[in-house]
Amino acid sequence: MLSFSPSEEQQMIVNTVKQFANDVMRKKFRECDEEGQIPAEIINTAWELGLVVSCIPEEYGGAGWEHSALTGTLLAEELAWGDLSMAMHILSPWLGVLPIVEMGTSEQKKKYLPAVCGGKFTAATAALIEPRFDFDHNDLGTIAKKNGGYVLNGEKCFVPLAQDAAFTLVYAGEGNASQCFIVDKGAKGLKIGEREKNMGIKALATYELSLKDCKVPAEHKLGGEKGCDFKRLTNLSRVALAALAVGVARGSFEFSRDYARERYAFGEPIGSRQAIAFMLADMAIEIDAARLLNWEAAWLLDKKAEATRECCLAKAYADNMVMLCTDYGVQVMGGHGYVRDNPVELWFRNGRGFVAFTGMAIV
Amino acid sequence: MIDFELTAEEKAKIDEAHEVALKYFRPVSRYYDEHEHEEPQDIIDFMWSNRSKGFVTGLGVVGAMMVEELCWGDAGLYLASPGPGLGGAAVFAAGTQEQWRKFLARFGEGKPKWGAMAMTEPGCGSDTSAIQATATRDGDFWVLNGEKIFVTMGHRALDLSEGIIVVWASIDKSAGRAGMKSFVVEAGTPGMKVEKKEKKLGIKASDTVTVTFDNCRIPFGNILGKAEVKSKTEGFKGAMATFDVTRPMVAAQALGVTRAALDMLRDEIDKQGIKIRYDLPRSKQTALEHDFIEMEANLRAAHLLMIRAMWQLGSGLSNALEASMSKAKAGRAATLITQRAVELMGPLGYSRKYLFEKFMRDAKINDIFEGTGQINTLVVARRVLGFTRDQLK
Repeated sequence: MLSFSPSEEQQMIVNTVKQFANDVMRKKFRECDEEGQIPAEIINTAWELGLVVSCIPEEYGGAGWEHSALTGTLLAEELAWGDLSMAMHILSPWLGVLPIVEMGTSEQKKKYLPAVCGGKFTAATAALIEPRFDFDHNDLGTIAKKNGGYVLNGEKCFVPLAQDAAFTLVYAGEGNASQCFIVDKGAKGLKIGEREKNMGIKALATYELSLKDCKVPAEHKLGGEKGCDFKRLTNLSRVALAALAVGVARGSFEFSRDYARERYAFGEPIGSRQAIAFMLADMAIEIDAARLLNWEAAWLLDKKAEATRECCLAKAYADNMVMLCTDYGVQVMGGHGYVRDNPVELWFRNGRGFVAFTGMAIV
Repeated sequence: MIDFELTAEEKAKIDEAHEVALKYFRPVSRYYDEHEHEEPQDIIDFMWSNRSKGFVTGLGVVGAMMVEELCWGDAGLYLASPGPGLGGAAVFAAGTQEQWRKFLARFGEGKPKWGAMAMTEPGCGSDTSAIQATATRDGDFWVLNGEKIFVTMGHRALDLSEGIIVVWASIDKSAGRAGMKSFVVEAGTPGMKVEKKEKKLGIKASDTVTVTFDNCRIPFGNILGKAEVKSKTEGFKGAMATFDVTRPMVAAQALGVTRAALDMLRDEIDKQGIKIRYDLPRSKQTALEHDFIEMEANLRAAHLLMIRAMWQLGSGLSNALEASMSKAKAGRAATLITQRAVELMGPLGYSRKYLFEKFMRDAKINDIFEGTGQINTLVVARRVLGFTRDQLK
């Protein structure tokens, strides 16, 4: 039956994450962006909320909740409202875990899932993006050659937490298809490059990564011989990123809206002028539009439907929406939006990134 | 639980409306565009004899989606279809049960009938506080005087059937907005006259007329809402509640036309062997694919905003913000998408051999009636900022 109300359980999760985002993330996010790191205690507090282990089956040490992409989008939005770098850091283990939970062989589950079910944050990650402007997730430059096991060769970038990750899911082309290979920490031929410097998400540690004749055993191919459902993984990533985009945009909208109510010019609040007020109205409309579009896509994924079209539409829409809203946030505040005393410039830098973040989060 | 699933029954109703649009509306769509003011009698008779199927009520999510389907067939013919229309929606939103019986029962019996709404005047549109029409109490009657323009379906409601018209007029000019009330006038009431029939850019199968009131006497009980002038805005708010229903309904109309344009665009490029590839990075998309994806995403997002507003209404939730959001978004999406479809189709888009140019003309009205896009954006802005109409003009 048609409904736009989250379930009680979903609402509880949202409330918990909302409070964490407000009380913890929002207190430190500027400092983290300036310093390029996130205090371990924030990450560990988030870990204790149990968001990541929730979807891992009990037999492997998790909470065994049924995985829901829709619930994932709800909590991703709240985390990103708190801060995008922290959100991506907190969610990064899902990059390693979710594909294994959904598509891994029982050996892969046994071997890798318990490692991320401890009491402290454990990094796991995925390497999909490659450093070229015409990067295509369906036509990867990183190649897997079958040779008993597999030999991986190629260059990756934008790999979150690669330095600390217990294991990395490396995506590589095998024949015409993109496949996923589990590469252990310290594997021979895997070289983690220097930490990247980007326009935004400065607090998130991302790395370049090179694979030179990196050998992985045959049983490390995600899903075994038949491989994984790469389309579904990219779709789960699309709804994750679109949800994060909604969270960032909402942050910018709320902050600039409050400013427009309090900032006086020519004897009245600037929000009393349609030129400003209409920007805020457009932001409110576009944020809701993007969220609903993304909810529908995630809902289809939860039904295990083929939803590539819907997920692509939701992601494309959110990419435009978040740039518009974060730009308007700066514009509404004028010079005060441009200085780093205020957060809207940070959200503006983060907002542009979504078009490049392919596969950097998954729910 | 967030859920986008419609029941099999609901889907069947929507499919049925689509069949009507495809079989009955679309084949004569061009004809009635080229023959403005000619009666689409077959359509009228068909829609009237099938009125129990609820094609045109527009109430609830399913009702709105049925309207969307009919407008996919032809937006003008949807408007021309007999039924309570915007006038009925106003009676439904602001009337008593007795008034429902008195004014709405007729739409279930006898010959085809239409309902209309009269708000706009030569000197005012969105600024309803400037309405000059008056209603003066005279014992058990109200006496209406004034001139209304842009009355959708006024000719068919008042000249061709025993329909109704909901008229906005002031009972106390000194009270401003608070004195503004709406009244139901039945067809054939002396003193009410239909004058000019407008020639329009689009939705030509629908009629748009001027209605004048010259000492037009109606029973006292025909007022919608209370007759007293109370606090500053109370009476006016009641009347504005009509918009909570009609704005998403107009959004649904907009989205029907727009989807028609997008579907036809897809069919045409498909004939050339071009398939839209969704799963491509930006650098590999063609300009056509990039445009198409943007259009399709906007259409779907606008659709979801519309059904959310309708769902809220059906769930007893307040939806004034979301109703205006859906209208502003759908009006703009309709305008941009149908214009882009003409652009992308080049000479085929511009030619009257195809329907693209008609969709573009028909779509435009949706960003104008029931509050222009700008008025709806203003409503949204006031609500998100928490500003009154005096704080944000």
